[in-house]
Amino acid sequence: MTRFDGYKTDGFYDEMFFEDGSARPAVQMLVERISNFENGEFIRRQITAEHALLRMGITFNVYADEQGVERIFPFDLIPRIIDANEWEWIERGLKQRIHALNLFIDDVYHDQKIIKDGVVPADVVLSSDRYLEQCIGLNPPHGIWCHITGTDLVRDGDGQIYVLEDNLGCPSGVSYVMENRQLMKRTFPQLFGMSQIQPVEDYPSRLLDMLQYLVSDRVISPVVALLTPGIYNSAYFEHSFLAQQMGVSLVEGRDLVVMEGYVHMRTTKGFERVDVIYRRINDDFLDPEVFKPESLLGVPGLMDVYKSGRLALINAPGTCVADDKVICSYVPEIIKYYLDEDIIVPNVPTYMCWEDDDRKYVLENLDKLVVKEANQSGGYGMLIGPHATRAEHAEFAKRIKENPRNYIAQPTLALSRVPVLIEDHFEGRHVDLRPFILYGEDIYVLPGGLTRVALKKGSLVVNSSQGGGSKDTWVLSGSV
Amino acid sequence: MLSRVAESIYWMSRYIERAENVARFVDVNLQLILDQPTGMQAQWDPLVATTGDDEVFEERYGEATREAVLKFLSFDTENPNSIISCLRAARENARSIRENISSEMWEQLNDAYLMVTETSEEWAMAEPHQFFTDIKVASHLFMGQTDNIMSHSEGWHFCQLGRLIERADKTSRIVDVKYFILLPSVSDVNTPFDDIQWGALLHSASAFEMYRKTHGLIAPNKVVAFLLLDREFPRSVLYCISKAEESLHAISGTPLETFSNSAEQGLGQLRSEFAYAQVDQILHSGLHEFLDAFQTKLNDVGADIYKTFFALRPVNGESTQSQSQKQ
Repeated sequence: MTRFDGYKTDGFYDEMFFEDGSARPAVQMLVERISNFENGEFIRRQITAEHALLRMGITFNVYADEQGVERIFPFDLIPRIIDANEWEWIERGLKQRIHALNLFIDDVYHDQKIIKDGVVPADVVLSSDRYLEQCIGLNPPHGIWCHITGTDLVRDGDGQIYVLEDNLGCPSGVSYVMENRQLMKRTFPQLFGMSQIQPVEDYPSRLLDMLQYLVSDRVISPVVALLTPGIYNSAYFEHSFLAQQMGVSLVEGRDLVVMEGYVHMRTTKGFERVDVIYRRINDDFLDPEVFKPESLLGVPGLMDVYKSGRLALINAPGTCVADDKVICSYVPEIIKYYLDEDIIVPNVPTYMCWEDDDRKYVLENLDKLVVKEANQSGGYGMLIGPHATRAEHAEFAKRIKENPRNYIAQPTLALSRVPVLIEDHFEGRHVDLRPFILYGEDIYVLPGGLTRVALKKGSLVVNSSQGGGSKDTWVLSGSV
Repeated sequence: MLSRVAESIYWMSRYIERAENVARFVDVNLQLILDQPTGMQAQWDPLVATTGDDEVFEERYGEATREAVLKFLSFDTENPNSIISCLRAARENARSIRENISSEMWEQLNDAYLMVTETSEEWAMAEPHQFFTDIKVASHLFMGQTDNIMSHSEGWHFCQLGRLIERADKTSRIVDVKYFILLPSVSDVNTPFDDIQWGALLHSASAFEMYRKTHGLIAPNKVVAFLLLDREFPRSVLYCISKAEESLHAISGTPLETFSNSAEQGLGQLRSEFAYAQVDQILHSGLHEFLDAFQTKLNDVGADIYKTFFALRPVNGESTQSQSQKQ
């Protein structure tokens, strides 16, 4: 008799159980431990954990909601476990990918060799909303553009892991990785004693290291600041958490001013120079003199200081070009071109609506596909064909025909599932995984990352803004 | 330290102190009413007067009944000085500077706010003493953590500054309002009821026991002297402004007895005035006038602190617009 009796994988790939209901090797100890809990014990710990989240104020704001409404990001106590071998493969794949993407970004803002050599069509790059002409010819410190990436991975029904998208803009979620871990340690101290789980706690130190490394050749003790849009931003908790953990100033645009060729913070004792800005606002809002003139979040003159080399911006402005979902589909070619290697972790197969054959196929198969806007994220602006109504299909067909460049389509994957506590029993729910990658002196992948889970029964959308929750992710060290 | 952060720390601290003071004097008034001779009208309007919001109250509620006053001062989200509004404002300020205060401080403040939002008004009205005690304890826990966890550097001094200026203001108001009510009842002088009333005034500032140790029997002029001019009691006005002055100088690095900005100058003058004052002279020339002038000067000090440390400094001739939070 285990607590998981009656749990069904329903034909999906389950991260914990084989189809016959037996536990995968890496999770056997966990399943045993949970099964040994007395009745109600697991539920009690789940409630305690949720209460702790509320107390700690680990909340996010929802845009579509009334401003300032905070919700806790739902958290489920069953961890998602990745064994050492699989992780080693994922890590290698991500390092390869980031290495190549960085070379690609640098190339498209300089010589555009990859375009001249006909590997990626000029149109695709130059027509992207995220390709910023203002960044042409810029040379970020050490040639690094994408310092922080949160790549989304998914596992399909047959067990294959794919890259769904790279988030090179301002990927969020890493604070939840650390808070979830802390919560799990409090909740299941014995389990941590027994398992060999790779730590995630050193992320803030590694992040700070990377930020300081960028200017280490010209400043001795650099001043680092984290630029946030403010307390109404959905990721505000994360901004303050990271600033706190790194011991750097959390600034808003209004705290900064450009003077005498440098960026300064307004302090109680006058102005203080800033050397590195980890910005959590999008490119468009960085500098009203260069990008959106109406932006109140940014700092006028910031880009001039950046161009002069007296400021490091993380990630470098312009990096997001590689986030365009059409460009993303060229990553296998990009890796081959710059590294002469085959892609390790494959992309989700992608149909590009601007190509006639692909578009024809997409329009004929809308009920089977997931359609996404090339420049949207957060689960907004997408159609999940099998779950959508006919009216929604018609609406997307119209939009695709009007603006094919702006849409891609992918097969609806049968995302893998993990057990989630639903009332008093466990049910399978779909998950993805967002590992975080830092690019400084070398490339570092945080073991695990954020496992997001779609809490609504049958739902494939894991975004927190759309009813998703999260789980702790355990990467085991050594073989099982 | 960022000006914006300093301002938020200062107001976070002021709002918590304000919530605690409201809880304290409402609670004392509730106790006091229990001791009143039967047939005497319960005094609720002075409570509202102490917060300085009497006009708003009258407009919204009319008569000062127990229910109306308790609601206005505790749970009325439209009253910016109610306990719930103060805690919300304190928490919003804390939220914008979470990286500058410790996680423990944030959790404590968040807890206090959640406690008030989760408390049912019915329960609080039925068990007001417990409710107000909870508020006071929450504030003390927060202050304790501030003193014991936060480095006593610039941020802590802004915390001190906010807390002490708020406390000096509230103590002066409690004295002002109570003295005004107590004075006319000459017939009560030296009756047990008179003793209870003056005792209640001391209780409002948690000063009763310390007063007893210092002065023994209750005498109106000594009570006033204790609450305004005592050098050792941490809620007396002189104590508050002296310590606030120390923090102000710790922030700027200017030696005491000198000044480098208008806030230091104003607070220094105010402190000297209190340090060399004598209670009989104050009472003779009019306590109310004295306290009224004090509150105006203290407000000026608040405005100078804003100007000196929080307001955006103009750069290269740019025009800046900024607004201080409400006093």
